[in-house]
Amino acid sequence: MAHVIFGINLTLAIPAVPLMHSHETILKASALLLLSLLLSACGGESGGREARVDEGIRLGVLHKGNGAEPQGLDPHTTSGIPENHIITALFEGLVSKNPQTLEVEPGVAESWDISEDGLSYTFHLRHDARWSNNDPLTAEDFRWSWQRAMTPALANVNSYMFFPIVNAEAFATGEISDFTQVGVEVSDPYTLQVRLRAPAPYLLQLFDHHTTYPVHRATIESFGDPSDRLTAWARPGNLVGNGPFLLTEWEVNSRLRIEKNPRYWDSAAVQLSAVVFYPTENLTTEERMFRDGQLHYTEDVPIDKVPVYLRNEPDLIEISPYLGTYFYIVNTKKAPFDDVRVRKALALSIDRQLLVETVLQGLYEPAYALVPPGTLGYQPPQVFEYDPEEAKRLLAEAGFAGGQGFPPFEILYNTHEQHQKIAVTLQQMWQQTLGIQATLLNQEWQVYLDTQKNRNYGVSRRSWIGDYVDPNTFLDMYISGGGNNYTGFSNARYDEIVLHLAPRTADRQQRYTLYKEAETLLMNEMPILPIYTYRSKHLMSPCIQGMPENIMDWITWKYVYLECPAQ
Amino acid sequence: MWRFTVLRVLQAIPVILTVITLTFFLIRAAPGGPFSSEKAVSPQVQAALEARYRLDQPILQQYFSYLADLAHGDLGPTFRYPGRTVDELILDGLPITAELGFYALMIALVLGVTAGVVASLKPNTLQDYVPMGAAMVGICMPSFLLGPLLVLVFGIWLQWLPVSGWGSTPGDKLLPSITLGAMYAGYIARLSRAGMLEVLSQDYLRTARAKGLPEYVVILKHALRGGLLPVVSYLGPAFAYLLSGSFVVETIFQIPGLGRFYIQAAFNRDYTMILGTTVFLATLIVVFNLLSDIAATWLNPRLRYQYKQ
Repeated sequence: MAHVIFGINLTLAIPAVPLMHSHETILKASALLLLSLLLSACGGESGGREARVDEGIRLGVLHKGNGAEPQGLDPHTTSGIPENHIITALFEGLVSKNPQTLEVEPGVAESWDISEDGLSYTFHLRHDARWSNNDPLTAEDFRWSWQRAMTPALANVNSYMFFPIVNAEAFATGEISDFTQVGVEVSDPYTLQVRLRAPAPYLLQLFDHHTTYPVHRATIESFGDPSDRLTAWARPGNLVGNGPFLLTEWEVNSRLRIEKNPRYWDSAAVQLSAVVFYPTENLTTEERMFRDGQLHYTEDVPIDKVPVYLRNEPDLIEISPYLGTYFYIVNTKKAPFDDVRVRKALALSIDRQLLVETVLQGLYEPAYALVPPGTLGYQPPQVFEYDPEEAKRLLAEAGFAGGQGFPPFEILYNTHEQHQKIAVTLQQMWQQTLGIQATLLNQEWQVYLDTQKNRNYGVSRRSWIGDYVDPNTFLDMYISGGGNNYTGFSNARYDEIVLHLAPRTADRQQRYTLYKEAETLLMNEMPILPIYTYRSKHLMSPCIQGMPENIMDWITWKYVYLECPAQ
Repeated sequence: MWRFTVLRVLQAIPVILTVITLTFFLIRAAPGGPFSSEKAVSPQVQAALEARYRLDQPILQQYFSYLADLAHGDLGPTFRYPGRTVDELILDGLPITAELGFYALMIALVLGVTAGVVASLKPNTLQDYVPMGAAMVGICMPSFLLGPLLVLVFGIWLQWLPVSGWGSTPGDKLLPSITLGAMYAGYIARLSRAGMLEVLSQDYLRTARAKGLPEYVVILKHALRGGLLPVVSYLGPAFAYLLSGSFVVETIFQIPGLGRFYIQAAFNRDYTMILGTTVFLATLIVVFNLLSDIAATWLNPRLRYQYKQ
């Protein structure tokens, strides 16, 4: 940019008579300005100012780094993690999540009954649930909100979460326009009935997802068409919610503040008086803010700082397993990757332990399957391990002994330092073990997404974060023709298990046995090469209580409080 | 003078129109789109999203509707932040960016002019090499290095200044202003040194000295006038760029200015935001260049005469 300025300047350098007096004035003014800036700076230094975190502990205000700037706070149009952290404090669904176990616990519904066949759910709403403007919260609010969330014109990317409900898919895709045909019924103001087209054992988990949260009809309608995603109802001063906190301030790219909602039914349990969220896209800045006493909790930790904290201040860093897998996908429709032996050779020749210990500084767990271990008790099968000899043999069997005749291919990843390091490592491992040549192809995020979608790749980086705690959120990705299945993988038995058998199995252990079978099938066909399981990393003040680590990195705000451990 | 101004304003219109047109069609040609995500979106949702943002219309129609809205000062809704408009986000960020830019420019002027003038008085001696070396460092050291260095020293080690923020803690405006000003200071130092050297060898200065004027009067009163001219014409475009914000400085210091929108909008394929920020920057540059030209013409009788012809 500087050179451009210089260029413009040269073309403009026309000799002329200068304004002597204004120069002096400018010089004097700027000297004054500098002086005042310096003075104000010194004021900050000598005043013995209380650090923001200390003040926060005194006042019960938690300061949290929150990643990207939230796109919006409408529970039905957003889908990101930063938004989720805030929306879960402003609204509450039928059920809530226990942060320790991740099992559902009562939210707006104080109890529920599930019919024998698993097709009908009856929710009994608590009578003391209120909106933040003191309106009573009733079953009709849920019905109307769900209708809005599924209305095609609103273009809710999460509307598919309602699809287990009778006719929800037909309504959301515009096939029918009469919402009374959808399996959601209000039998009385405090009873909501939901009928399913097929059993969905993970359904209760969905009723804690923000896409199923109730929204305040009168407020939304006062800002225009409820199915218009561009109205300003979800702003401070406008937003009416039903969660433990209220939105009080939102300065874009600066901070967003929420304060305790006195009308929340369980407000006696809420201990924080406020939470302030700071957009912290730059991890290094976020880490500095934490060190400077501006944040109690960070959204992430720069990977090179992790060993430093582990060594010097282990009580300030929290690292825990996360519901996400980093893997590579292989285009099974493209030679030579259409041969399963080639795909297996690729998978077996990756020394994940070495990769994790060196490139990833021991931070993550090597993965040998798609679903992360510990997803509500699910343990994925391990059908293969690092085996370079077997990998060579498989490649030879496929007709490429020692890599002879193997066509050169590209490893696709989106531009990012970490992805590049991993791609380089894989490139070397494949070259050394199998004797095959890969080149690296990094693309800007959007271009990379486009290339994957068009199946214009051989081997490509990918990752997946679970939407809810159930193996299904990972495994339904690889059903035949699935929207996220860019590999061309298709297996009838796999489809049968994921789409029909597992959902009809009410017993959790039996269902997990089925999922294990499906995952074994997937790993035998190897359209994906698992690399590692994610972990969430946070810098965290020891004074934060009630925020236990869990695999979804989920915070149930009403349980969080600030209290420093006794020294 | 009037003729000149009107002429230049008329020339600015096709320039801005070309920028809009090129940007509009180039961003549409880029792969991906505002609604692509790692998670597949159903075709119905995709269609509804496109309809809401008029992306389902023929591209020429979209182009003309955009121009029509723009004529009313409406830059449209952003794709990234539903419920907010591009106008609103630009207007929110502008005062902060302008304030930061102003401080940076003041710091740049004080440091740059001082260094340049000092250097020009004894060219090719230590008195020249030291400030010019510093200026070179200022130009070459990218703000993503200088910013964190300053933060490390003054924020983390000495604990004098906050490491980030804008207007929330006293003194938090100082480090970003210095970081942003450093590069401009370097340029201004070099420009003022070159300008001064040219002027110092002129006859009228020898006359001034021969009259027995003290050296400081010669320099401050007679030499600076002509010597700083290149700096004056540099300020217009420099301020235009400063007003468009600095992505790097704003990110490092967590400043809610305009700069971050430029880069993020491109990554997100936020069509209206890309267009809005580009149109805004293009207009600023055109306007500030126009103002510098008018100022130069007004200052320079020879140019004034030329335009009368």
